[in-house]
Amino acid sequence: MSVATRRFVLNRVMGFLCGTAAALVILPLILVFAFLLYQGGSSINLEFFTHTPRPVGESGGGMANAIVGTLILIGLACGLGLPVGILGGLYVADSQDSHLPSVVRFLADVLNGVPSIVIGIFAYTLVVLPMKRFSALAGGVALGVIMIPIVLRTTEEIIRLVPASLREAGLALGLPKWKVTVRIVLASARAGITTGVMVAIARIAGETAPLLFTAFGNRFWHHGLDQPIAALALQIFAYAISPFDDWHRQAWAGALVLISIVFLVSLAARLATRDLQRQMR
Amino acid sequence: MPEADPRRGGGAHAVSLPRTFFVAAGRNVWGDRLFQACLYAMVALFVAIVAGIVGALVVESLPAARHFGLSFVVGQDWDPVKESFGALPFIYGTIVSSLLGMAVAVPLGIGAAIYLAEIAPFPVRSPVGFLIELLAAVPSVVYGLWGIFVLAPFLRQWVQPALGSTLGWLPLFKGPPYGVGMLAAGLILSVMTVPFIATVGREVLLAVPNSQREAALALGSTRWETTWIAVLPYGRSGLIGAVLLGLGRALGETMAVTMVIGNRPEISVSLFAPGYTMASVLANEFTEATSDLYLSALVQIGLLLLVVTVLVNAFARLLVWTVGGAVKGIRE
Repeated sequence: MSVATRRFVLNRVMGFLCGTAAALVILPLILVFAFLLYQGGSSINLEFFTHTPRPVGESGGGMANAIVGTLILIGLACGLGLPVGILGGLYVADSQDSHLPSVVRFLADVLNGVPSIVIGIFAYTLVVLPMKRFSALAGGVALGVIMIPIVLRTTEEIIRLVPASLREAGLALGLPKWKVTVRIVLASARAGITTGVMVAIARIAGETAPLLFTAFGNRFWHHGLDQPIAALALQIFAYAISPFDDWHRQAWAGALVLISIVFLVSLAARLATRDLQRQMR
Repeated sequence: MPEADPRRGGGAHAVSLPRTFFVAAGRNVWGDRLFQACLYAMVALFVAIVAGIVGALVVESLPAARHFGLSFVVGQDWDPVKESFGALPFIYGTIVSSLLGMAVAVPLGIGAAIYLAEIAPFPVRSPVGFLIELLAAVPSVVYGLWGIFVLAPFLRQWVQPALGSTLGWLPLFKGPPYGVGMLAAGLILSVMTVPFIATVGREVLLAVPNSQREAALALGSTRWETTWIAVLPYGRSGLIGAVLLGLGRALGETMAVTMVIGNRPEISVSLFAPGYTMASVLANEFTEATSDLYLSALVQIGLLLLVVTVLVNAFARLLVWTVGGAVKGIRE
């Protein structure tokens, strides 16, 4: 084999191998989806969305309380994650301070890499131990902390993209700095920040580990935010490791609903980004 | 020329402004201060949260640290009833399952990154990249569910008997095929980390300047030679960073691993045997911890996990940053 042929063949072979690698990376997605649609699709029905779980042995029932619980937990998490994340990001992007902004940015990156179950331990010691019971509030705190670094870093990046001329125009008209920041900078970065928030929500919607010992789960409707609350991800976990076929089917149905929520939010975030890129151009 | 203060009416071309202007200006300063105070309050809260995470874990784990000392990380006995806590089986399980996951994920992830950044036709790149990002968005518990009901039975029925009959003489593939165990955990971890390696790896490769490629192509390189000679060496540290980001995630991954690893605190060389990881033991036993020492021992495992993942992540980010500044899209 001549050198030229060998180079040609190597080029083709490596190209093929890399393509195969990409295909193998996507293969699990297709498999996971196929099973979710097949197993989940056959066990989902109206009752799933309108009823709470039935006791062991009775078939039927649904996860209505868990779906609502997940939405409540997301709401609580946003209550903590959005102000800290957005204002923190604004600070990091805008501040003239010498060291603090880079320290905050570094801490956000570190926090992003902290396993979610460790954040669950933090919420446990902060909220559950003093209250002496598992609560929706503790779950919200755990998820909120997970949101912060994602929202903070996206906000920072988006704010940096706002042209300085906009800001200068506002200042030249005699607006106070804070008004320029809120009415001009934040307003023009709104789409991008929304994207970051949606990415964060997609992430926390499926979080399970930090909720195990904070929100704890609940087979009934919850009564107040200081009580344990159900979450879709928790319910899926509990049902998946149970020995009952009927619960396994419900777990698949729950997983289908959960992944639909996550993907819809991710898709919306991606479309928003695309609009944003068009705007910026 | 010194700035003239318009309020004193000094300066050669002083413009006389209505008095209300200065009143408003005075008020604006307060608005700015208030807004600044809000920002600083949020920053302080954020820093307090990060410090609180470390602080809470250190404080809560002190009793166990005092009681067991170094024997905590080398002890193999985990017996809550006798209050004897050695975390070595969990540390072993975390390391082995993560390394196994990386052994599969790294070649696939880097290969996919090269394909997406260098080889694939342009119309393919964006959709395939999007699919890989979707893969990263699938919640851990869903992977776990799939692992229990699809992957583990598949391993038990097909893969493990085949491996056992051909490579069974290796200690790695000894023992009965349970399906769940270290092998299943490693595979599920590879599925979960590969999107990160591929996505960050692609960003790193795209950050390599085109002049690198053009130089190699101008010398008559084939596309693969260009990639091998000019692109990969330039992006090497960034690619290592991408791999380490994946590793950091694998180490802390909880739900999917808990659901397929078998949850038995034993050290076994065989990949077919059930194991346990640091994150899984937290997930399974935290709510059941009856005594203070038990809880403290679990928190100490959490602290170990925190330290290891933070070190791996910090190092990874440092490496990724060295290639063409901060690479976007490294959000979890």
